[in-house]
Amino acid sequence: MYDFTALIGSITNLLNETFSPFWAGLIMMVSLGVALLLFYAVLGLYLVYAERKICARMQNRMGPNRVGPLGIFQTIADLIKLLLKELIYIKNADNFLFNIAPFIVIVASIMAIGSIPFAKGLQAIDLNIGVLYILAISSMGVIGILLAGWASNSKYSVIGAMRSGAQVISYELSVGLALLCIITYAGSMQFSEIIASQQDGWWLFKGHIPAFIAFVIYLISGTAETNRGPFDLAEAESELTAGFHTEYSGIKFAFFFLAEYMNMFIIAAIATTMFLGGWLPFHLFQWHGFNRVMDFIPPVFWFFGKTAFIIYVMMWFKWTFPRLRIDQLLALEWKYLLPINLMNLILIAFLTLMQWHF
Amino acid sequence: MEETLLDIDMQEKEEYIINMGPQHPSTHGVLRFETCLQGEKVKYLIPHCGYIHRGIEKMCEHLTYPQIIHLTDRMDYLSAHINNEAVALCIENAMQVEVSDRVKYIRTIFAELTRIASHQLWWCAFGMDLGALTTFFYGLRDREKILDIFEETTGSRLTQSFNTPGGLMSDIHPNFQKRIKEFITYFRKKLPEYDQLLTGNIIFRERTKGIGMMTKEMAIDYGVTGPSGRGSGFHCDIRKIAPYSAYPFIKFNEITLTEGDTYSRYLVRIAEMWESLNILEQLVDNIPQGSTMLELKVIKAPKGEFYQRVETARGELGVYIVSDGGPSPARIKFRTPNFSNLFVINKLAAGHKIADLVAISGSLDLVIPDIDR
Repeated sequence: MYDFTALIGSITNLLNETFSPFWAGLIMMVSLGVALLLFYAVLGLYLVYAERKICARMQNRMGPNRVGPLGIFQTIADLIKLLLKELIYIKNADNFLFNIAPFIVIVASIMAIGSIPFAKGLQAIDLNIGVLYILAISSMGVIGILLAGWASNSKYSVIGAMRSGAQVISYELSVGLALLCIITYAGSMQFSEIIASQQDGWWLFKGHIPAFIAFVIYLISGTAETNRGPFDLAEAESELTAGFHTEYSGIKFAFFFLAEYMNMFIIAAIATTMFLGGWLPFHLFQWHGFNRVMDFIPPVFWFFGKTAFIIYVMMWFKWTFPRLRIDQLLALEWKYLLPINLMNLILIAFLTLMQWHF
Repeated sequence: MEETLLDIDMQEKEEYIINMGPQHPSTHGVLRFETCLQGEKVKYLIPHCGYIHRGIEKMCEHLTYPQIIHLTDRMDYLSAHINNEAVALCIENAMQVEVSDRVKYIRTIFAELTRIASHQLWWCAFGMDLGALTTFFYGLRDREKILDIFEETTGSRLTQSFNTPGGLMSDIHPNFQKRIKEFITYFRKKLPEYDQLLTGNIIFRERTKGIGMMTKEMAIDYGVTGPSGRGSGFHCDIRKIAPYSAYPFIKFNEITLTEGDTYSRYLVRIAEMWESLNILEQLVDNIPQGSTMLELKVIKAPKGEFYQRVETARGELGVYIVSDGGPSPARIKFRTPNFSNLFVINKLAAGHKIADLVAISGSLDLVIPDIDR
């Protein structure tokens, strides 16, 4: 019903007919890049706004309510402030690495956005190894964090960066294994095919209990990978002032800040795609009338609705839980999540082999 | 200090010094911990105080006794009323006058309200130290009610200076009793929320249980008093040991736990809030009639030495006055609870992680201006 494939295809054809192949490719690349960047910036800003409003709601506060109606332009005002702020250069810091670190972090998350399917056909690139690509690209961000901590030449930053390194590398395993469970079910790493395999039911529902376990583990380790919530040890402000970005100011700080929120969005978007059927509408058994109404809601709304729900859950974590300690954090991963995950994967492999899932 | 910084063995042992404070979010003020770390592990730490030293004791020598009261607000600003009370009691003892029962009751009600307000703020800050940011707003929401009660009667929310040698600055507001009763019912409903949000949380328990073990002997050696000492089974509640004001007239329990870890210090404070509500309930309906101010022409302590101790929200506050018979003290010394509570932190935190250091210093409930005076 809402298929973007034809639209995108016709635009591509039009470009190919009017320009030479080189110029057509260039125009497509640039326009896509600009669109993604704009999307990235606007979404990042409004995730910050959403976080502030939601946390205010949880804390008996109003949240931003001065700039614009309900304060919706507050984050834009903040961004302008951050843009105009003086960048502080630190003596004895490794300037090259110090300057490049925020870009690595933000580039990693922008690249990951590229392969997220927002609706049928509305996907910048549908790689046949989409899941692997996202895992690989999003884990590049930790290099930026490590560099930021190291190049700042500050002890707080180094402690934060080392914590972050240990944390992200450990939890990467859990994220990967939890996604492997669904890949095993779906039999593909391509996002469009994974979504197609959920046409008759989301993996969360038709994957039995193992899929549910994988979903919970994915949520926990996904939150850990974004350095948020109860796992924000890398920037534990009561211990390390601000962790790895202590020494950053102005727009470079904003990059870290934005990247954190966009990583949250990416984690939630992948969870949506893998477990909650991506942009597919919610269907109930054979209730055709109900299903028809659900079909009527555009897939983009479904995708963003599900993603927003998961983002809300992640914010809920953050604003209600105390922070873990570093040894507890690593113990949780290596002693609990990883063994459970491995057993879960074996179970799912068995279920898939016997064709016991719905 | 220079010696430790220049320690050449340090690099071989892979140790490094990190200065937590004087500007650091976890120290709640201008306190500096010179912390020696090995990786994330705390090897030892040296607290450095004096960043907010204002010389209150020396200033007191040049002020008359009623004026001194106003300075004591600025020591432990979260127990401002109890600090006032200590000085007022000490001077009254020296002059050998006794205030009316009405004054005693009102002072005690104020003291218990102060204790609750202080523990609420501690609960906020302790949650923040552990990374649970929402606690801050829950605690402050309830503390606001108490501050409103203070404001109505004393005109001031934090540093009330309501006591004066010989009585109170003014009588209570007509709404006073009604609002306290409202607060008691309100807070009885809200206190279980504190447990739901923090006490019952598995992460919170993992973070606090068995962390920063303080034995009873250690508490006595270092003079750790108040809830921190009582968490280790040290019976140090001045309200029980040497009752003053209206405490002899009422029944209450001294809360002690024997574990001595961060979690038990936390539980003691939560239980004290419940107990303070009980105390308030006993007092609020029974405020006797009488004058709120003794007719004292001149406030002068006779020649001699006088000592009075009271239980603030953080422990034992002692006021030691040496008088030469003049209108101001010849020497005055405050034995403040935080100064004694602070220095045990090296024993508690050594060997733990840096995150535990923050939890431990939070559980000791330090107020920095009280350390430096």
